[in-house]
Amino acid sequence: MSLKLQTDRHFVVSGIVVLVLLTIVIKLFYIQVIDSRYKFSAQNNVLRYVTQYPVRGLIYDRNGKLLVSNKVVYDLLVVKRLVKSFDTTEFANLLDISTDQVREAFTSLKKQRGYSSRKAMVLLKQLPVDVCNRFREQLFRYPGFELQPRTVRKYERHIAAHMLGYVGEVDENTINNNSYYQLGDYIGISGLEKTYEKELRGKKGVNIYMVDVHNRIKGPYENGKFDSVAVEGKNLETTIDADLQEYGEKLMVNKIGSIVAIDPKTGEVLAMVTSPSYDPSLLVGRERAQNFMQLQTDSLKPIFNRSIMALYPPGSTFKVVNALIGLQEGIVHPYTQYSCAGGYTVGRGVGCHIHRSPINLTEAIEMSCNTYFCHVFRNIIDNPEYGSVEEGLNVWRKHVESFGYGHKLGIDLPNELGGIVPSTSFYDKYFRKGGWSSLTIISLAIGQGELSATPLQMANLVSTIANRGYYLTPHIVKSIGDSLSIDEKFSQMHRTTIDSVWYNYVIEGMDMAVNCEPGGGGTARIAALPNIRICGKTGTSQNPHGKDHSVFFAFAPKDDPKIAISVYVENAGFGATWAAPIASLMIEKYLTDSISRPYLENYILQANLLNRRGKTK
Amino acid sequence: MERRSKLLSNLDWTTVFIYILLVLMGWLNIYAAVYSDEHSSIFDFSQRYGKQLIWIGFAFLLAIIVLFSDARIYSGFAYVFYILIILALFATLMFGKVVNASKSWIQVGSFAIQPAEFAKIATILALAKVMGRYNFKLNSFKSYVVAGFIAFFPALIILMQNDMGSALVFGSLIIVFFREGLPGWLLAFFAFLVMLFIFTLVFSTSAIMVTLLLLAGIVFVVIGGKLKAYARLLGIVLGVGVVLYFGSQIFSWKIPFNYIFIIPILVGIVAALIKAIASRSRIVFYSALFLLVSVGLSLSTDYVFEHVLDVHHQKRINDLLGIESDPLGWGYNVNQSKIAIGSGGFLGKGYLQGTQTKFNFVPEQSTDFIFCTVGEEWGFIGSFVVILLFAILLLRLLKIAERQRETFSRIYGYGVVSIMFFHVAINIGMTIGLVPVIGIPLPFFSYGGSSLWSFTLMVFILLKLDSDRYGALG
Repeated sequence: MSLKLQTDRHFVVSGIVVLVLLTIVIKLFYIQVIDSRYKFSAQNNVLRYVTQYPVRGLIYDRNGKLLVSNKVVYDLLVVKRLVKSFDTTEFANLLDISTDQVREAFTSLKKQRGYSSRKAMVLLKQLPVDVCNRFREQLFRYPGFELQPRTVRKYERHIAAHMLGYVGEVDENTINNNSYYQLGDYIGISGLEKTYEKELRGKKGVNIYMVDVHNRIKGPYENGKFDSVAVEGKNLETTIDADLQEYGEKLMVNKIGSIVAIDPKTGEVLAMVTSPSYDPSLLVGRERAQNFMQLQTDSLKPIFNRSIMALYPPGSTFKVVNALIGLQEGIVHPYTQYSCAGGYTVGRGVGCHIHRSPINLTEAIEMSCNTYFCHVFRNIIDNPEYGSVEEGLNVWRKHVESFGYGHKLGIDLPNELGGIVPSTSFYDKYFRKGGWSSLTIISLAIGQGELSATPLQMANLVSTIANRGYYLTPHIVKSIGDSLSIDEKFSQMHRTTIDSVWYNYVIEGMDMAVNCEPGGGGTARIAALPNIRICGKTGTSQNPHGKDHSVFFAFAPKDDPKIAISVYVENAGFGATWAAPIASLMIEKYLTDSISRPYLENYILQANLLNRRGKTK
Repeated sequence: MERRSKLLSNLDWTTVFIYILLVLMGWLNIYAAVYSDEHSSIFDFSQRYGKQLIWIGFAFLLAIIVLFSDARIYSGFAYVFYILIILALFATLMFGKVVNASKSWIQVGSFAIQPAEFAKIATILALAKVMGRYNFKLNSFKSYVVAGFIAFFPALIILMQNDMGSALVFGSLIIVFFREGLPGWLLAFFAFLVMLFIFTLVFSTSAIMVTLLLLAGIVFVVIGGKLKAYARLLGIVLGVGVVLYFGSQIFSWKIPFNYIFIIPILVGIVAALIKAIASRSRIVFYSALFLLVSVGLSLSTDYVFEHVLDVHHQKRINDLLGIESDPLGWGYNVNQSKIAIGSGGFLGKGYLQGTQTKFNFVPEQSTDFIFCTVGEEWGFIGSFVVILLFAILLLRLLKIAERQRETFSRIYGYGVVSIMFFHVAINIGMTIGLVPVIGIPLPFFSYGGSSLWSFTLMVFILLKLDSDRYGALG
């Protein structure tokens, strides 16, 4: 080997050393100076964000009675790698669960999103306080476990489940779309809890700690400079009268249907009963999923909020609207008389019950004469002024919609439905263009046919009549936290297309329906109260589900309306039989806070109108 | 007195200075890695930094003993040391204690010693002795076998102890062989094959093929082939490729996509071989052969990877190459290590301020992953200084080795450099994800007596031989 070659090799080896070490330096420069990814990872490693969960806002009724509050439960967290072997039976007994549940909890632990044996993961949720107090004494024997307080809903009164809604854990979808929520957070899922989620939830706080690899807290990060305090949720004051609501639910036991009561002057919802209902506290705590399943599979659909989601034909109650449209359009006069001999005989015909004849408009409402309103309706639709039946229907429809029909009213509850007011295009499709006439759609005259509305819309309608021509959007929340202002849309006046002068004739009819002399022909005399002048209208809505629905709506007192109410009892028959007494009792309860007719109350309480589906009258 | 003053004046103080600097920096980092508020006294011997102080004391003592010893014993007793250490390795294999799945520790009283660490010194001493013999030349098959046996036999036993890291260290002795006459192209070819193996794991075979083709062209042209001839060859290859590609598109031949690259290349190679044999061109012949071997290796890589390597080695390699990742599983160490070092930034978080290392996120942080503490607390600046010190030390040791008059000393010096270089490069490389995780310590930094003492002995024996380089003649 020549000397030159030797020197070369010295340089080659030196070169390799320098080159390799230089590569390392370059890589170091890259990960230390250029790439910032590792800095974030380091923080994630060492910083533990402990969420401070705020207390959810409370919910009160209109008189300051507490409806919903909170109670403390504990989630049991576990850092898997710190757990030492323990006696499962003892552990299960301590926590008041079965050994199978313990095993199951540990197996499902690993399937959790973002599972790490080094992080505190939730093993068991919502353990009651007494169990946790017992467990806490023994906690030292179970390294790796810790208890995290959470608050869940507590229902002071077991009412208004649909309206209040319930709270549950956020789903993945929400987490992905809303950065506020993290796995395990609670969120309002239905009812007011959902609508007012932002206000009720408050704001989470966070404490940042430095932890070591075993997740042991080594102290606050930067002396708590970046910590934030949880802000409590705001309280809601609702418009609900808890006692009235409770009474309504009591009356509706063993009946299917809905009651909605509104203060016509303000649009405030006083009560919103859906039956069958359930105890809201069923959807809290560890048995929630199981209970929910049970409610969901119940054939009577107790979770279904009938008040704002059930679409019923309004039935005869709708005659008041047709009367108002007729008056406004000038095709009928208050003193216009029609004779009725057991029905309207043109076309397929519409039957009627027996009453005196001929009668004028007010009497027609009092006695709920089908024949009269068939004349009125056909005259509206076939009014030669409009030129065609289509145009006639359009005019009629515009009027109907001004009563809050055919679209959502916009109440502060989720999942409200808007009902149906049939349009010309609907009939063009259903029959064919030009293939229908006022006679084809004559059912609309008596609130049947393709027309449907929710109980809320019915209550709003009678509220509009009570107001002689306008309504305020029904709403449930009166004030949020300390501020007295609510959404502006709830103080906006919605005027109907009917001049207020015409309302008195209709109201007179409704008054007589309830308060006429015995034998006067009023359909709702059962609803009459001695000291309070109730104006109401019965309805018997035919439907494809069996026996007719019993319908009634009313407002009272006549001259200074304080409550407008609609009652639906499914498959119960005549409006006067069930719906009218229920409405009457509710009105009395609200206005006088007492019941003067215990026999009527008992009659309702003892009635079991379930299982009437499928049976025809 | 004369002898002593000669020793002091001939001693390479630069090396001694860097050595002490590195040892002290190492200790500071072990202190930082283990540091917690509960144990803050530096003389707490229940803690690792306390113990390391003792090891350092012993290391200095060893260094002084070596310096005052007779330089001739290292050459004279080289074989004896070698045989003793082989016996110790066997003993460990039989009676050793299992730590981290490898049986490489032997318990002596309350101490655990890792004979593999000392085997490195004995091996390079024996290798130096064999290769330093008068008339020994690395030019025959027999010479390679003898030297190779001496160098790699201990590695075999260590491998049997299941300590792959320490065994691989012996591979670095190829540098010694290179210095002593191993043909450069063999070293280059060896390096090339290793790279090819890695690239094949990362990139698709087709990409490798194209690269190889270009590479062959460059080599061919540089070595002296004619550009025109290569262009013609490339034309054939591309032509076949285009025909295959459009053929597969138009006539729906069922040709796997890879083969559209591989077949033309093989055609090209065969064409080149035929031409080489016809025109008796050795260059063309060898380049074609080289290509053939490379293609063969690329194609067999997957097989070797799947069937020869252990699962945990496969995973480490896959992780390193970014093929698979599981940062909380087997990729945890490297990931955490990179996070620790990366979070240090340019200036570092400051001494004892490292959160990742202090809170034990990095495993083995005072031993194999001690560099994380350097990276996190001292930042890029500190890391750079440490690497710079190692670079200076290694280059200095190379220079020392080169100035030896005796072949024995030179070969020994190269052995020291090879082993230390391997340790430094692989250890730091693995903490920043450049090489797969191989559990070997960082010289002078990692916690533990065996490693510190062995490197101390290694360096100071060289220094002793160096200070005696004139005396050896006299």
